[in-house]
Amino acid sequence: MADVMTRLEPNSRAAARGLSDLSIRNLFIIPTITFLIVFNVFPLIYSLYTGFTDYRASTTAPANWVGLANFRELLSDPFIWRNFTITAKYVVISVTGQVIVGFGLAMLLNRPMALKGLITTLLMLPMMLSPAVVGLFWKLLYDPSFGIINYFLGLGKFEWLADPQMALWAVAMVDIWMWSPFVMLLSLAGLSAVPKHLYEAAEIDRAGPFYTFFRITLPLVAPILMIAIIFRTMEAFKTFDHAYILSSQPTTELIAIRLYKMAFLEWQTGLSSAFAYIVLIVVVAITNIYVKYLNKAKAR
Amino acid sequence: MAEIKTKGEMLFNRGAILAVVVALIIMLTPIYWIAATSFKARNLATTIPPTVVFEPTLAPFAKLFTKRSQLREPVAPEVYEAAPWWEKLIYDGGEQVVRNKKTNEPTSSGFGNRYMNSLIVSIISTFLAVSMGTLTAYGFSRFRVPGEQDWLFFILSTRMLPPVVVAIPMFLMYRAVGLHDTHIGLIILYTAFNLSFAVWIMKGFIDEIPREYEEAALVDGYTRMEAFFKIVLPEALTGIAATAVFCFITAWNEYAFALMMTSKNAQTAPPYIPSQVGSGLSDWTVIASGAFLFLVPVAIFTFLLRNHLLRGMSFGAIRK
Repeated sequence: MADVMTRLEPNSRAAARGLSDLSIRNLFIIPTITFLIVFNVFPLIYSLYTGFTDYRASTTAPANWVGLANFRELLSDPFIWRNFTITAKYVVISVTGQVIVGFGLAMLLNRPMALKGLITTLLMLPMMLSPAVVGLFWKLLYDPSFGIINYFLGLGKFEWLADPQMALWAVAMVDIWMWSPFVMLLSLAGLSAVPKHLYEAAEIDRAGPFYTFFRITLPLVAPILMIAIIFRTMEAFKTFDHAYILSSQPTTELIAIRLYKMAFLEWQTGLSSAFAYIVLIVVVAITNIYVKYLNKAKAR
Repeated sequence: MAEIKTKGEMLFNRGAILAVVVALIIMLTPIYWIAATSFKARNLATTIPPTVVFEPTLAPFAKLFTKRSQLREPVAPEVYEAAPWWEKLIYDGGEQVVRNKKTNEPTSSGFGNRYMNSLIVSIISTFLAVSMGTLTAYGFSRFRVPGEQDWLFFILSTRMLPPVVVAIPMFLMYRAVGLHDTHIGLIILYTAFNLSFAVWIMKGFIDEIPREYEEAALVDGYTRMEAFFKIVLPEALTGIAATAVFCFITAWNEYAFALMMTSKNAQTAPPYIPSQVGSGLSDWTVIASGAFLFLVPVAIFTFLLRNHLLRGMSFGAIRK
């Protein structure tokens, strides 16, 4: 009990009345922890079990213990590896695109400008919208016969989503549209925190714009940019909503889509639980890195 | 942001502003296009070249909320005259409202119910997540908790789980206890999802409230509980509001859980709107009007939130 009392003596007047600090702390924290354990951890323990069985939720047949067979099947399945490759490609395209567009926009916006607040807020709209609905209306924009993208780019009847090679790029482009503002937002915060006197010193030293950018701007924005990149990488890795709505091409079958199909359309509950665990390990690993950077940013 | 000195710099600055304007137009065109399409007559939605100037009509919204069928022959003039304005719009488009044979009531399309479900689930889950999250954040902010960093990491990591991963076991459990396709089922999932976010961001807001305020209150004879409710909560109100708006938007926009955990009764709008593409009477103006009505609250909230976006998006790590 002593460690909870940061300032007050346990037997002081204030602490003697009402609930003790210890019981308040427990009252405030334990329900949340319990809630998360019951609705997140417990289900995951359950699916760890089903991951070792051949259970199918569509039948009444009981689950049979199959040991590591599911994991063996998944890791030797070339199609699963293709899903991982597609996802990797998608993550690289969309995160790179977001960093280029987002950081570029931040550099452009980092100057005195009329209506800057309004412009920044308007630019941020896409990332607040529902990815599912966004995916839906990009379908209209991408339409080969009446979509405005083909019209404005003069591409005739170009098939964005039906073309197996192009579809992944088209899906990534929507992600870039939605999330570049996020990178912009964080980069702007980083840019505005760069001390002005560094630029003044560089100017006195007659440093060129390239030197100033690579030696002053970029290193100082890097930590915050890193947070944006890790977060977007993790989110891109999990992408489901707009990709599932936009395209049913095998070339755009991201891991989350494969997992969804396996679990809820093919009803391979056991196998998909095992697959979910592989995905889970990757996500927890990235989360770990992410939290490390978040705490670093907090400490600054 | 150094002062502009040379002519070259001024030119560069003008160029940058021009580029920002172009970027803004490109970024907003998709949103404008969906909003515009939701006010178009059906035949104008899919023209080449695209129709930019048009006479706005509310017909898509009238169609959105009703079940319709194709008119086989022109509607009788007296029936047309007697119809309410929205039904006239539907007649104008060559369709008629499907009416209940006994009561003659117009049949609704199901969009209204889905929209209501979205509201119910989002508001209740936001309320739960923010209230629990604020208490927990206070606990972590003011008291020493053994293994604090580990608990906070655990809380955040639950947020990072891909919905599909959680949905597989939750589906089996919900099916066993009869929570599949219920509001409560979805509310629980969204509360869990938003709770971790609420704890993280509220902890940042509460950390900023000086401890001295409560300590002064404690010395004045308040209990810890009273100090929390009368001193800390009012101070944290802006933070609570911002957190609530963030949680609401997240729940409102959520698609994957809703797709997997609901089918009809408790289905929210995000899985419903796309499911209308390719259905017999689908037309893009109706889909656009559904999307438009769905996006309006989020757009309003984004403006209200604009000063807290950075903080929310970085889980409270970066403040302005």
